[in-house]
Amino acid sequence: MSENNMPKKNPLSMQIDLAKFEKATEEEKRQQDVMSESSTFFKDSMKKLFKNPLAVFSIIVLVAIILVIIFAPMVVPYGYSEILKVNGMRDKTAMNLGPMQFSENELKYMEENNVKLFPHIFGTDELSRDYFIRVVYGTRVSLAVGFFASIIVLIIGVLYGSISGYAGGKVDLFMMRIVDVIYSLPDMLVIILLSVVLKEVMGESTGIFAKLGTNMISIFIVFGLLYWVGMARLVRGQILSVKENEYVLAAKSIGAKPGRIIWKHILPNCLSVIIITTALQIPSAIFTESFLSFIGLGVAAPMPSLGSLANTARQGIQSYPYKLLFPALMICLIVLALNLLGDGLRDALDPKLKK
Amino acid sequence: MSDTKNLVEVRDLKMHFPVKTGWNKTIPLKAVDGVSFDIKPGETLGLVGESGCGKTTVGRTLLRLYTPTSGEFRYNGELVTEKNMPSLRKEMQMVFQDPYSSLNPRMTVEDIIGEPLDVHKLYSSRDERREKILKLMETVGLNAEHATRYAHEFSGGQRQRIGIARALAVDPKFIVCDEPVSALDVSIQAQVVNMFEELQEKLGVAYLFIAHDLLVVHHISDRIAVMYLGKIVEIADADELNENPIHPYTTSLLSAVPIPDPNIARSRKRITLEGEIPSPLHTPSGCAFRTRCPYATEKCAQECPTLQDRGNGHQVACFNR
Ligand SMILES: Nc1ncnc2c1ncn2[C@@H]1O[C@H](COP(=O)(O)OP(=O)(O)O)[C@@H](O)[C@H]1O
Ligand SMILES: [Mg+2]
Repeated sequence: MSENNMPKKNPLSMQIDLAKFEKATEEEKRQQDVMSESSTFFKDSMKKLFKNPLAVFSIIVLVAIILVIIFAPMVVPYGYSEILKVNGMRDKTAMNLGPMQFSENELKYMEENNVKLFPHIFGTDELSRDYFIRVVYGTRVSLAVGFFASIIVLIIGVLYGSISGYAGGKVDLFMMRIVDVIYSLPDMLVIILLSVVLKEVMGESTGIFAKLGTNMISIFIVFGLLYWVGMARLVRGQILSVKENEYVLAAKSIGAKPGRIIWKHILPNCLSVIIITTALQIPSAIFTESFLSFIGLGVAAPMPSLGSLANTARQGIQSYPYKLLFPALMICLIVLALNLLGDGLRDALDPKLKK
Repeated sequence: MSDTKNLVEVRDLKMHFPVKTGWNKTIPLKAVDGVSFDIKPGETLGLVGESGCGKTTVGRTLLRLYTPTSGEFRYNGELVTEKNMPSLRKEMQMVFQDPYSSLNPRMTVEDIIGEPLDVHKLYSSRDERREKILKLMETVGLNAEHATRYAHEFSGGQRQRIGIARALAVDPKFIVCDEPVSALDVSIQAQVVNMFEELQEKLGVAYLFIAHDLLVVHHISDRIAVMYLGKIVEIADADELNENPIHPYTTSLLSAVPIPDPNIARSRKRITLEGEIPSPLHTPSGCAFRTRCPYATEKCAQECPTLQDRGNGHQVACFNR
């Protein structure tokens, strides 16, 4: 179109002046192509996640903590329940040492034999046990509890929520009323009652159960029984909205079975919500475990957890305040890092926040 | 009309959705209220009507995405029931209206088109599956290099082509096209409509082509059915309906179509409908159209007119025209 037969443009008009436009060159068209390069949703979100400094910081902190709790017990020559010995003799002078201190017996031993003993990085506790290794094991227990409790919550919550949301109607109504009932149970009370009952039932069992103690098992059971309801509600709500999409109808018209539709079409589109909730569930489980251990309902002695360490440290807080500091700091670090990571994941996985 | 057997026979199909109006009270929403039509193999029946008149519901009920309240649907002479539907899903498919929400954003094009193949196990090896998918992409005019991409990377027209390829994967003989072009740019609509025609010539599929745009429907359809509030009010050959509309609703729809020739346009009387389309929850008694009809009489309020043949298969449901 030439400039002449364009209607004259009113200077006040917002009409676009076509004369000012040029056709895109082949070069520019190709650039357009390259820009929309194929990238999967997952890759995209990971890129976004790694651009978030807080999320990167929390990932680094978590990786560091995990490396320490995996490798420290291999390097440190003390056990978590081992009372320090010098030359095969119980070291009575090694009680309540400060960080990086050696006991009198140890110093004497090192001088006589001209060897270097491994330092007590966090000092020792009132039973002459190396405190660093106890904190390491405590972190192990706390993280494991948080992780497994979240997995239990994840599995039960997602299964229940997706069935309820997908079935809809009366089934949904019924299943959600059960959730409401469970929601209203006082969780702490149930944990305390369960651990008492379990202690009676299991009695003198051996193996891994005995090591963790009945309290720990009741924590898992309670998570399995009570804490999945939040996840179930969330997943159900998400599924209710996702299943309105036409691609779900399309799958039905193809003849896909409900299981396939949930697994292939609905859950992948709820994934971000599920991942975020799980990431935020871990710190909440750790917190619950720490709290229970703190009030004496946690892991069985001598197995430490961050909560029970803090509880023991509370008794000597006037003389040795740093003993409370280490486990408390660890709880804070883990919970903070996981919360920040969860926040970062939420931003990264939200397609509406595209930038 | 030729005497070939009907591929699709729909008789008095009704789909009433229960709608909650209060505590423990539901009233039926008559989205589709007694619809009958036939489609022959390789034929296209256009279905037009204002939005909300139940076109989509007709299509979805045929494919048993909803369970019909009553009525019969025979496919190839065989009564379609809940039981034999799974096997018939290979025969009938649907192309959806919204090219954005009809493709799963977490699946690649390859997996979207391959899903019907997976569900019905239509291949014996990964290579065969891939080969079939690439062939389908070629059929609908997609670049095979894009098989591993995600749907959100495509334009609306390309997405609709993906949807068509998915529908074609099982080699169906009947496809419900639910306003497949109404969400697309006008410049692309023609391309996609032409592709539907080419596919029909090549594969011999029958279409139920839903649209609210009479121009598009007239272009592609052999016959056209006009729907108003869950009922078919007029059904005729496409040209016959265009040149000789009888029902006042059809006339008003046609008069709203822009006509390229100004002389014809001037000579044609414009009929504009008064009022709003009534809610399908509270349909008027008798003829549903009478509240907006310039010819309405006492009789229209009492009786509901049925489709009457006016010759040449031109059926109209009206007492006064
Ligand atoms: N699943 C459903 N539940 C309840 N009402 C519905 C449902 N689907 C459609 N409707 C109602 O049925 C009527 C017809 O809808 P639809 O078939 O989508 O019309 P069209 O496709 O012609 O625009 C509308 O009033 C709509 O609100
Ligand atoms: Mg519709």
